Amino acid sequence: MDTLKKIFNTSLIVPVVSILLGLIIGAIAMFAGGYNPLVAYQSLFERVIGSPYHMGETIRAITPLIFTGLAVAFAFRTGLFNIGVEGQFIMGMTGATLVGVLLDLPWYIHGPLAIVVGALFGGLWAGLVGYLKAKRGVNEVISSIMLNWTALYLANYIVAKFLLEPGQQKSKPVHESALMSIDWLVELMDKARMHWGTFVAIACVVIFYILLWRTKQGYELRAVGHNPDAALYAGMNVNSTIVKSMFFSGIFAGLGGVFEVLGVFGNQTIMAASPGYGFDGIAVALLGGNTPIGVLLGAILFGGLSYGSGGMSFGAGVPSEIVRIVIGSVIFFVAAHGIVKFIIKPFMAKKKKEAA
Amino acid sequence: MNWIEVLGNMLNNTLVFSTALIFAALGGMFSERSGVVNIGLEGLMVTGAFAAAVGTDYASQAGMGAMSPWMGMLAALVFGVLVSLLHAVATITFKSDQTVVGVVINILALGGAVYFTRSLYEGSAQTSQLTDVFSRVSIPFLSDIPIIGRGIFQSYPTTYIVIILVFISAFVLFKTPFGLRLRAVGEHPSSADTVGISVTKYRYIGVMLSGALAGLGGATITLTTTSSFAHNTISGQGFIALAALIFGKWNPYGLAGAAVFFGFAQALKNFAQLFDWSKNLPTEVFYMLPYVLTLIVLAAAVGKSSAPSALGQPYDPARR
Repeated sequence: MDTLKKIFNTSLIVPVVSILLGLIIGAIAMFAGGYNPLVAYQSLFERVIGSPYHMGETIRAITPLIFTGLAVAFAFRTGLFNIGVEGQFIMGMTGATLVGVLLDLPWYIHGPLAIVVGALFGGLWAGLVGYLKAKRGVNEVISSIMLNWTALYLANYIVAKFLLEPGQQKSKPVHESALMSIDWLVELMDKARMHWGTFVAIACVVIFYILLWRTKQGYELRAVGHNPDAALYAGMNVNSTIVKSMFFSGIFAGLGGVFEVLGVFGNQTIMAASPGYGFDGIAVALLGGNTPIGVLLGAILFGGLSYGSGGMSFGAGVPSEIVRIVIGSVIFFVAAHGIVKFIIKPFMAKKKKEAA
Repeated sequence: MNWIEVLGNMLNNTLVFSTALIFAALGGMFSERSGVVNIGLEGLMVTGAFAAAVGTDYASQAGMGAMSPWMGMLAALVFGVLVSLLHAVATITFKSDQTVVGVVINILALGGAVYFTRSLYEGSAQTSQLTDVFSRVSIPFLSDIPIIGRGIFQSYPTTYIVIILVFISAFVLFKTPFGLRLRAVGEHPSSADTVGISVTKYRYIGVMLSGALAGLGGATITLTTTSSFAHNTISGQGFIALAALIFGKWNPYGLAGAAVFFGFAQALKNFAQLFDWSKNLPTEVFYMLPYVLTLIVLAAAVGKSSAPSALGQPYDPARR
């Protein structure tokens, strides 16, 4: 009982209060913009659980966040801030599209090959950041931001040059044999775009745990994250651990992109801006405390919010960017948990007095 | 067009892009010299660009005419400081992770700016096109010098301001008691504390200066380049400014030089059509160039970096 209380006090209170504060700040912003927050939150909620189609689409929106959340959390465990998940996600998309469009193979090779190539694109793109950090001491935050923009324009170039559907701003469709949608589930959910990526994402949550906590490799990754000097002294190769960690992190990110192409859209558009899943992944990882289960829950929350925000603009006329403010505020409070503790201190003290 | 004219135009264009970068990098310098990493420069620039667009628009509508862009600059400065206070409270008072808070500032600023753009401009993702923006000012006599006359002395007022600011910043940082204390707080906070310098106060000032200057940097882009604010007005400039700061070794002159270099990379795309060798290059190459160059430069900038030694560490008097 006591241990349960302790867990609740330390690891759950901050995220829960942060979520509440985030929603309150969102409401204040809606007031400031002249909207009714209650109507807005109601239409958000209604959209998320409104119909089988919307429920399916919510799951579709949650799936990439599981991948990107895991990607950010994995690097965090090694003490690295992988803000480049965005770019690695795009590279994953591009890898999958290249294989899906250009090659013609039987389904049992085509799909898996597209997945592997996309994942590798993501992994190598992230590995480059790790290499620059390990060998040249380049701050991973800046290098990965630069690679995000590079990935965006590189992907656009590849689509426009090699894969373009004539007369359109997107690639030719991926061959049927590489698609990853689950037809019977799509029918069941009223044409919501259900795909195998969701199951792969959940498998990745398990793999994340096994890799970090049940292998020697994972022990080294976490040791470097805790204290690189001590890890070095213990004979671990810190530099190669950094590159490895980024590579794994990028694979998670790349997989997210892969399934957006193979499972959801079936093609790749020429993008004016990044899709934003990578940045939401940072929020997911922070909220989830960089644990696999936490990432899963965080992805469900933020994925639901993001998808529901469409309902907000439809039902209450609120610009859907309000959700960025809510998500941003939530992670602001999670990151600055001192503020949260400061805010809830009076309430906690009262409780203690009552107990005594 | 003869080559003297081309060179002059190139220099001029380079400075337009560099101005915003120098503003933001100077801001980052004050913050980081005091020991606070400011990844949030990007978000502060976004805030400034947005505040400048709205402030100038409102001032124009109030009939302030040519004064309007200056009101926009003021709005950018004020809002930049306000947003930087969020950063300061979280990282200095509550000792949160500076990198994470900076990233959060970026997310919040962009989301907030686009949200309020949509609610102020009836759902449009872009502020209305400004009529009163800065125009170029020619300095008498100096602007007649070949190349640099066109290049430097026919610039926007913001460019002149930032050039002067570089010198002022260098003076403040290296020749005044304030600058000495600011640097002391960033190099060795516990010693500074021992001799009675308030670490908290100087770090707050450092971060707020970064908000003010990065805000002005963002405003510069709105008021000299785009004439409106949209989600992509500041696309990574804050991070490029940060790279300029690192490449310039946290020194005002160094970072200005680095910013001019990065500004040149951005200006290049405007000149791609002029030369035979570049005419057929895909536009994506020019879009990628500033980012790739930044990366290469950072990777090549060897030698132990001269970052302030307490950079990134919250100051906790209980742990000496």
